Amino acid sequence: MNLQYIGLKEINGPLIFLDNVKGIGFEEVVEIRLDNGTVRHGRVVEINGDLVAILVFEGTRDLSLTNTVIKFKGKPMEMGLSKNVLGRVFNGIGDPIDNLGPVYVDEYKDINGEPLNPVSRLYPKNYINTGISSIDGLTTLIRGQKLPIFSGSGMPHNDLAVQIVKQAKLSGEKNEKFAIVFAAMGVTNDVANYFRRSFEEAGVLDNVVMFLNLSNDPIIERLLTPRCALTTAEYLAYKHDMHILVVMTDITAYCEALREFSSSKGEIPGRKGYPGYLYSDLASLFERAGIIKTAKGSVTQIPILTMPNDDITHPIPDLTGYITEGQIVLDRDLHQQGIYPPIGVLPSLSRLMKDGIGAGYTRDDHQALMNQIFASYARVMDARSLASVIGEDELSPADKSYIQFGKQFEKHFISQGYVNREIKDTLDLGWKLLSIFPREELDRTDEMVLEKHYNHDAAVGAFELDKKSFIKELNKEEI
Amino acid sequence: MNEVYSINGPVIKVKNAKGFKIMEKVFVGKQKLLGEVISISDNFTVIQVYESTTGLQRGEKVYSSGESISAVLGPGLLGNIFDGIQRPLHTIFENSGAYIKPGTNVPCLDMEKQWDVTFNVSVGEHIRFGQIFAVIQETSLIEHRLLVPKNVSGEIVMVKPNGTYNMEEVLIQVKDSNNQLHDLTMIQKWPIKEPRPISKRLPLTIPLVSGQRVIDTLFPIAKGGSAAVPGGFGTGKTMMQHQFAKWCDADIIVYIGCGERGNEMTQTLDEFSELIDPKSNKPLIERTVLIANTSNMPVAAREASIYTGVTIAEYYRDMGYHVALMADSTSRWAEALREISGRLEEMPAEEGFPAYLPSRISQFYERAGYVDTLSEKSGSVSIVGAISPQGADFSEPVTQNTKRFVRAFWALDKELAYARHYAAINWNLSYSEYINDLSKWYNKNISTEFLEARQKFITILAEENKLMEIVKLIGKDVLPDDQKLVLEIARVIRVGYLQQNAFHKDDTFVPLEKQLKMMKLILYLERISQQVLKEGKAFSLLLRTNMFEKVIKVKYEVPNDNLDLFEDYYKMIDEAFSAIK
Ligand SMILES: Nc1ncnc2c1ncn2[C@@H]1O[C@H](COP(=O)(O)OP(=O)(O)O)[C@@H](O)[C@H]1O
Ligand SMILES: [Mg+2]
Repeated sequence: MNLQYIGLKEINGPLIFLDNVKGIGFEEVVEIRLDNGTVRHGRVVEINGDLVAILVFEGTRDLSLTNTVIKFKGKPMEMGLSKNVLGRVFNGIGDPIDNLGPVYVDEYKDINGEPLNPVSRLYPKNYINTGISSIDGLTTLIRGQKLPIFSGSGMPHNDLAVQIVKQAKLSGEKNEKFAIVFAAMGVTNDVANYFRRSFEEAGVLDNVVMFLNLSNDPIIERLLTPRCALTTAEYLAYKHDMHILVVMTDITAYCEALREFSSSKGEIPGRKGYPGYLYSDLASLFERAGIIKTAKGSVTQIPILTMPNDDITHPIPDLTGYITEGQIVLDRDLHQQGIYPPIGVLPSLSRLMKDGIGAGYTRDDHQALMNQIFASYARVMDARSLASVIGEDELSPADKSYIQFGKQFEKHFISQGYVNREIKDTLDLGWKLLSIFPREELDRTDEMVLEKHYNHDAAVGAFELDKKSFIKELNKEEI
Repeated sequence: MNEVYSINGPVIKVKNAKGFKIMEKVFVGKQKLLGEVISISDNFTVIQVYESTTGLQRGEKVYSSGESISAVLGPGLLGNIFDGIQRPLHTIFENSGAYIKPGTNVPCLDMEKQWDVTFNVSVGEHIRFGQIFAVIQETSLIEHRLLVPKNVSGEIVMVKPNGTYNMEEVLIQVKDSNNQLHDLTMIQKWPIKEPRPISKRLPLTIPLVSGQRVIDTLFPIAKGGSAAVPGGFGTGKTMMQHQFAKWCDADIIVYIGCGERGNEMTQTLDEFSELIDPKSNKPLIERTVLIANTSNMPVAAREASIYTGVTIAEYYRDMGYHVALMADSTSRWAEALREISGRLEEMPAEEGFPAYLPSRISQFYERAGYVDTLSEKSGSVSIVGAISPQGADFSEPVTQNTKRFVRAFWALDKELAYARHYAAINWNLSYSEYINDLSKWYNKNISTEFLEARQKFITILAEENKLMEIVKLIGKDVLPDDQKLVLEIARVIRVGYLQQNAFHKDDTFVPLEKQLKMMKLILYLERISQQVLKEGKAFSLLLRTNMFEKVIKVKYEVPNDNLDLFEDYYKMIDEAFSAIK
């Protein structure tokens, strides 16, 4: 059923309105043919009697009330898929832009997806070794997880995402097939090229599908970009049993497009002008990560978002954090100190790690180490704020030990550069750092675990702690 | 004929509609999408649709049903998982695969299933609404008591013999005063937005024991009470709800995942099927009903999920059970109200929420209670609702309005969560108004020492709070020894007592007896320390005994089933401290 209509009733922002339309489905796609021969795409966003509102993804520039023919396609937006999408580059609405011609289509899929039945999900448990200590050790990434990077402008989130992709042992295990789906939304050409080059260097380009809606591409198109990417990811994961890592950047630009759409539709704005349904809309993207019982593959998501003003309570990071299974938060202070990756470990969290670490997965002492590091590092922050008031010299010996630990922890554990660390080395390093403390300070850890991993002398040697170290001082004072 | 006139997301309008009633269940379009009439005016009837409206066209028909959206009540609810409009998710998975498609129409309960019915009424008896006429062993844990449905009362004229029947078979017949016959089966329907009637409300005097120290000791909730758990993302709302669902001493758990993660529901389902209830040695799932309307499922059904859940909870209460209901998260439900209200272009009140938000919240929490039932038993519904405040700011409307209607408030704190102090309940911001009503129970069933120790803990924590103001300015070193001791004991309370590891086999659930023993040990340590200080010994000498660390780790070292080990600690402390002397 391909209905055709000539002319429009009204144009308003990215929306066009048609009158006297019948037989049209809600959220149906349309093709808009201009008299100069170009074609745009749109979607029915509201039906009110005979009046139909259509959102035009490429924008309404050059449209007039008379120069268009609208063709209703009788179905929601679909993406044509086959295994041949691997290695290809598409624009933000899923048309190939790499001059390699159209993709052979095995199956068409509705890009909006459908809600996964929770009963059909398989709870994710296998950890992905990223080789980055603050992630593997403290916010472990699990296959099938959605774990965003909360960053700010000018911070090295792209480098981190690339490092994760490169080091994530994407081609390690036998019989398992991996691929990367990359969705760029509103980022510059440079950024897209950087990712492309990095994939090339890693020798995985043949296993990458790229969707590019760059900063100079139509804004509203961005609403489709992650949906095309995720539809592709699901197809590869659930039809071809592949493990897919989806990198989406920048979610903030996506949300801005949604805001623009919402305001042009005259909807009542919520916080900071974003529509009240931003949570549900983001959930319709992020919830598409996971593993299902009926297939062998998985969809893991690493969305990147730049927090406006570095503000984690801004609606975009806030609502994202409420949906995703944790977050990796980059810290501007660490970045300014030249620490890479500048991961702020305290606000970072992996909700799925508890079932994917420990004996049989990483190592039996992992959970204990992690709890103790978080507790001790949180006290470093207290000691630092006290030091900023009374001066470091005036601190108690115990507080000094925290300052000392904080310094070494950031220097050796967080700051790791582009080195790829085995999980075993990450965990050993963690214990070595905690051994800076007198044993009593490690109040979150079982005696049995300490027995095995606590070694103060080794720490003194390794980190060249002062002879007159705070621990000596501590002991002296007590006697 | 009633036809779709306009479509805006989940809200559709029918022009010049005839015959609809407010809150009536309707079926929309070719796919027979489930909807509910939410307003009627001269020109338009407005319907909210509980399924995706993608592809729906103007002119498709809208069918009345003549009844309100109702829950289907009967055996087979326990151990099951439903979506917000009570469609069974296992069955949907078996029938149609991994995704939930709009218009999926399956019976809520398994109609084929045969149940063993034992009758406890006989011909000639009089029976009325709410009374029990037969029982079924629904799971190995729970006996399902069949209740006479609404509008039925009279003389029993037929009773089947005890035996095996399916859901639709007539079990008994009742003749009412108009000589009309009523056929009673195992199932009945109840409109989800209407509270089920009770005989009378009772005072709340028994705690809902959760085994979570910070709750049971400091901020308890009563059976039949209600509590709110607000907190930013990652502060532990869901874990707290899971802990309650696993360990609290209710008979039945109704767990509603409302607008939250799919994986969390999967996890609940998996975990509860494996976890064995320590009291009954049966899998926890046998006392649990799960309702999953995850964040990517249709928004309008979030509202339904809350009401479906509480209706099921009341139904089991009416059989004489203690039911605990968890709703994670009520904010998503409130946001669904906001979204629908926005599409109706209603006048928004605070932050875009409709003006009727407070009344909806209060109606929901009002359905909690400890009651005498129509079946002449007593039972309760306790409600624990999670709140997800935007930007973790508790001044927002959902938190503020909920606070007015619940009597226990467990404020989760981002800073505590960052330091991995779980449960991240901020002891300064949280409260429980139930404590006075429960004191008799604690005194009688545990010991009068329990609330005394609790009070001492509160005093020490308050003192610490005051001292920290000073410490923040000048450091701890300059404090006199007795104040250093206060800080140290407060640390033992915080790290050794309030903090509780949900992943530790013993620490995940701690019986009240052990809670009391832990408190007494900590207070003993305080008392002995004060004595030693009075004797003029330096505080640093106390620290060197390592007793504070030892007591902090008691929670891991003394298993729940060997509380005698506490005695060793008293000896250890005595020895260590007399060595100083
Ligand atoms: N009592 C607890 N013990 C151990 N870990 C906890 C506890 N409560 C929360 N956590 C940790 O915090 C994470 C987030 O908790 P969750 O309940 O999912 O937060 P929220 O629902 O508030 O977003 C969990 O994945 C878990 O790692
Ligand atoms: Mg949660």
